[in-house]
Amino acid sequence: MTAAAPTAPTHTNLARPGGLLTDLRSVALRALRLTMREPEAVLPALIIPLFFFVVNVGALQQFVEASAPPGFSYKAFQLPLAIITAVTGVSRASSLVVDIQDGYFDRLLLTPIRRISLLLGLMVADFVLVVVLTIPVLILGFVLGVRFETGPLGVLVFILLSGFWGLVFTGFPYAIALKTGNPAAVNSSFLLFFPFVFLTTAFLPKEALTGWLAAIATVNPVTYMLAALRSLILVGWDWTAIGQSVVAIAVMGAVSMPLAFAALRGRLKRG
Amino acid sequence: MTETLTDLAIKADGLVRRFGDKVAVAGVDLKVAPGEIYGFLGPNGAGKSTTVRMLVTLIAPSEGRAEVAGYDVVTQPGQVRLRIGVALQDAALDPKQTGRELLDLQGRLYGMAESVRRTRLEQLAELVDIGDALDDRIATYSGGMKRRLDLAAALIHEPSVLFLDEPTTGLDPLSRQMVWEEVRRLNAQGVTIFLTTQYLEEADELANRVGIIADGRLVAEGPPEVLKRSIGSDVVLVKVVGDPAAVPDALRALPDVERVDVRGDTVVISVTDGAKAVSPVAVAIDGCGVTVANLSLRTPTLDDVFLELTGGHLQGEDR
Repeated sequence: MTAAAPTAPTHTNLARPGGLLTDLRSVALRALRLTMREPEAVLPALIIPLFFFVVNVGALQQFVEASAPPGFSYKAFQLPLAIITAVTGVSRASSLVVDIQDGYFDRLLLTPIRRISLLLGLMVADFVLVVVLTIPVLILGFVLGVRFETGPLGVLVFILLSGFWGLVFTGFPYAIALKTGNPAAVNSSFLLFFPFVFLTTAFLPKEALTGWLAAIATVNPVTYMLAALRSLILVGWDWTAIGQSVVAIAVMGAVSMPLAFAALRGRLKRG
Repeated sequence: MTETLTDLAIKADGLVRRFGDKVAVAGVDLKVAPGEIYGFLGPNGAGKSTTVRMLVTLIAPSEGRAEVAGYDVVTQPGQVRLRIGVALQDAALDPKQTGRELLDLQGRLYGMAESVRRTRLEQLAELVDIGDALDDRIATYSGGMKRRLDLAAALIHEPSVLFLDEPTTGLDPLSRQMVWEEVRRLNAQGVTIFLTTQYLEEADELANRVGIIADGRLVAEGPPEVLKRSIGSDVVLVKVVGDPAAVPDALRALPDVERVDVRGDTVVISVTDGAKAVSPVAVAIDGCGVTVANLSLRTPTLDDVFLELTGGHLQGEDR
């Protein structure tokens, strides 16, 4: 239902709703442009996993491979951890808080933009960024001799699974950003990263973990992400492992996304 | 008034906004006709910005309702947003984008095709008057440039109702003059303008009608001339040396005097006929044990109106 049109102003009005795809594209392109403009904000997300990868492999490769079945490659085992480390927690949440504080978020809200695209558009940008981040890590792996049992298609699935994992994880920092509007709170959201990435099969297979850690690892979705990513490199097409990682992504998304979008609704309501 | 609801550019009925226990806006009624420049005048914290934020769909009223450009701000916010342009207090810009990127993104979000955006950007670049800086990051802009860019962002889609929240606060006189000229030019094209300000001069210069807000309530409304005339036709200002405590009583006894206020060492006397009142006033003050340091006669300002209505002053006024 639309109300009767008001008396036409002498002025012509150029505005019309842009459509969801246009809105998403506009928000995502701005986010990506600004990301490229401040690579220093993303660089740590790339350097830290590369560093850990090299150090872990250097320190533990011989030790682990000595007690492992013949042909086991610790480099191949560690590469997925490096990728998960790179993609977990990368988001535009800090910039979103800056937009809120600068009032630019209000300027966007004053346009007919579909409200959902303000968040979804950022997530689209995050997904692109996360996929881009996996590439240098993968290249380092290839240089160091890691080969995929599943071939090029396996590499693609590997990148997509990593990308979607990174995407669902962004829900947490966005929820905090929209709920608090506080940069410090958003910065401390990276703490979430530690239990997820370390209370799991980060360094050793699950069989080798001690009891309490094994128990936590069983409920940690990252365990299933690592298992699927490792299987793509080391084993071949293990559909059970891949299926479990998809469930892990879905469960994580089912928790994080409602939090993020509820926080968006809350902020819009408070004004 | 004969207008029906939808004939008005802005109509508010009993707008209330509470933040927790604090009442920021305590029941504001507004009627702004298409093509009007309406000045919303009040000191800091009076509720100007909160009222604007309700009218532009950023926050919902706690009570009451409002229509802007013929649509309800709560139930039809999308329709309202298509028709309004808004420049909020403290230019709301993204320092990391260039001026051109910001305007182009703005155009995209208003659903404007690329060719339309390009044309509009050219027109607005002239208005913004920042030359090649349009391709620089906004972080490098001066305060005046940011305000002008913000105004351009508000105008990109040629809105029919323009909200300007303290558009010249913090601007140098030259930039202020430029904003005023632009406001008049837009208004001449038929754009309705709702302008908040804490500057009397600005309301006086620009507005066809002024609403004065204090403590979340509209305390007076009307054309500036009418409001000023309501408190007497002239004001005599007397700067004295000594304690002016006894002065008001002495002056109130005079026939032409309508009102006396003491502001620091200055006595403000509203009179019906300034020329006739000057000498009796001077003589009366002389008899109060103070010396007249300076005496001047002027017509009333909106600050005098505000003082009369609220007992307070508009802050940040031009003195």
